[in-house]
Amino acid sequence: MSQLIFPRRRFLGGLALGAGGLALSGCDAIVENESLVSAIKKADRLTYHAQRTLVSRQAPAQEFAKSDLSPVFRANGSTAVDTPAYQQHTREKFANWQLKIGGLVAKPQSFNLAQLMQMPAREQITRHDCVEGWSAIGQWRGTPLALILKAAGLSSRARFLVFHCADTLEGLPYYESVDLVDAFHPQTILAWSMNGQMLPVAHGAPLRLRVERLLGYKHAKYVNRIEAVTSFADIYQGNGGYWEDVSGYEYYGGI
Amino acid sequence: MEDTETVPILAVEAPVGGELVKRHRLATRFWHWTNALSLLVLFMSGLMIFNAYPRLHWGDIGSRHDPAWLEIGGDDKRGYLKLGDSEIPTTGVLGHWRNAEGEVKTRAFPYWITIPSRFSLPLARSWHLAFAWILSIALTLYMLRSLFNGHVRKDLHIRRAEWSPRHIWHDIKDHARLRFPTGAAALNYNILQKLSYIGVIFVLLPLMIATGLCMSPGMNAGMPWLPELFGGRQSARSVHFISAFLLFGFFFVHMAMVLLAGPFNEVRSIITGWYRLPVAKEVAE
Repeated sequence: MSQLIFPRRRFLGGLALGAGGLALSGCDAIVENESLVSAIKKADRLTYHAQRTLVSRQAPAQEFAKSDLSPVFRANGSTAVDTPAYQQHTREKFANWQLKIGGLVAKPQSFNLAQLMQMPAREQITRHDCVEGWSAIGQWRGTPLALILKAAGLSSRARFLVFHCADTLEGLPYYESVDLVDAFHPQTILAWSMNGQMLPVAHGAPLRLRVERLLGYKHAKYVNRIEAVTSFADIYQGNGGYWEDVSGYEYYGGI
Repeated sequence: MEDTETVPILAVEAPVGGELVKRHRLATRFWHWTNALSLLVLFMSGLMIFNAYPRLHWGDIGSRHDPAWLEIGGDDKRGYLKLGDSEIPTTGVLGHWRNAEGEVKTRAFPYWITIPSRFSLPLARSWHLAFAWILSIALTLYMLRSLFNGHVRKDLHIRRAEWSPRHIWHDIKDHARLRFPTGAAALNYNILQKLSYIGVIFVLLPLMIATGLCMSPGMNAGMPWLPELFGGRQSARSVHFISAFLLFGFFFVHMAMVLLAGPFNEVRSIITGWYRLPVAKEVAE
């Protein structure tokens, strides 16, 4: 008897597993379907336009008090750059680091760290929201991006600013881009200081973007070149950023 | 024009049971199925999003360096769910499970309950955010329509007599004994049904949307009072997670009630609108 029941049980179990597997692969066939995915990704544009309509262009991200600072601010993504050039810069305390700005600007130029630090700075204590779900509060001090754009004379044809970085992830250079609303937002700075000290290597030394109304992956670290463009379609894989290219994260990182 | 028909709650001849009657309006049926699909996609993709950071905090901040009130995790030997100071072993289900290929994975929720089944935060987010729009738009339209077509006033409004503890207790006893109303009485929602539908439509779903919006740094700049209302962004994330599981609980009870009350008749009524009034099985005491 038990000999009869056992295989049948195994058979039924196998059947249930098979049915489950079939339902699951059917489910995956739908959720991974390319045309469906490109259709649902249109919601990102809807979110972008809704947020631009509902939220004032100048509306600031919440600022916090020093007592709110995270005891440990998690460093994510690249936490070091292992090129000889970057190692040289860390040894020189970034004295010869250059930030270049080019593309659709009247006066392409470069700034060294000392020049940036002499420009009027903005300090803010804000919450960093990672796309993964965690949050940390840090204090940032840096040069408002608007000042750099003004100095370079941004062309009226420019629509996006692309931030090229010194770091690579999985062998590909990191980069990000934002539109002009976020670029000219008063809290958008190129930070060279964090929690009252020079920006640590793990957090993007010597310069990282703070674009406070967007998720963490938009806050490019190790920024060494800014490029003003009309469209980012020709840059790398054309999706406007490293994670957008590599994994299909939304271009608009506001939610 | 079927959706403008009034539900014959007080027909000239009171129904006694056995008749086929129109029970659910088109708006209700359409919204029900939109919701069923949206909540399924949102729940399963939400679990994948949780897998990207399987810890919950109270307050504004929270990362792996801060204490969490809930954590699901695992290593190569076991899976666990930590709730405050207590740890519940969950090996095989949460934090340590095998995928379809038999490989051990240490993500929080297993592959068979997440969208997609492989680990992909961006794809889960795309599905989650698209269906968040569908759910929110459908909920807003349904709320407006229910207010104006009398659904709220006629079917969901709780009358004074129903609030009496005796009445509520009586209803709980009836539910526990699986004694469901028959005849004309089966056309009206009972107090427990009303409370759970009101709870879902006017409390849980709006709460999901509000706490979901608190995840958005863009929206938080526009309405900083919203995350503050919940005690900070990480608190809102916790409330989002808890509300999702309350909705999951509602789904379970809802399914149990459908099965107990007669699945064919119930499913027919939510698809076609037509419902056969149950006949009393025995003479009332």
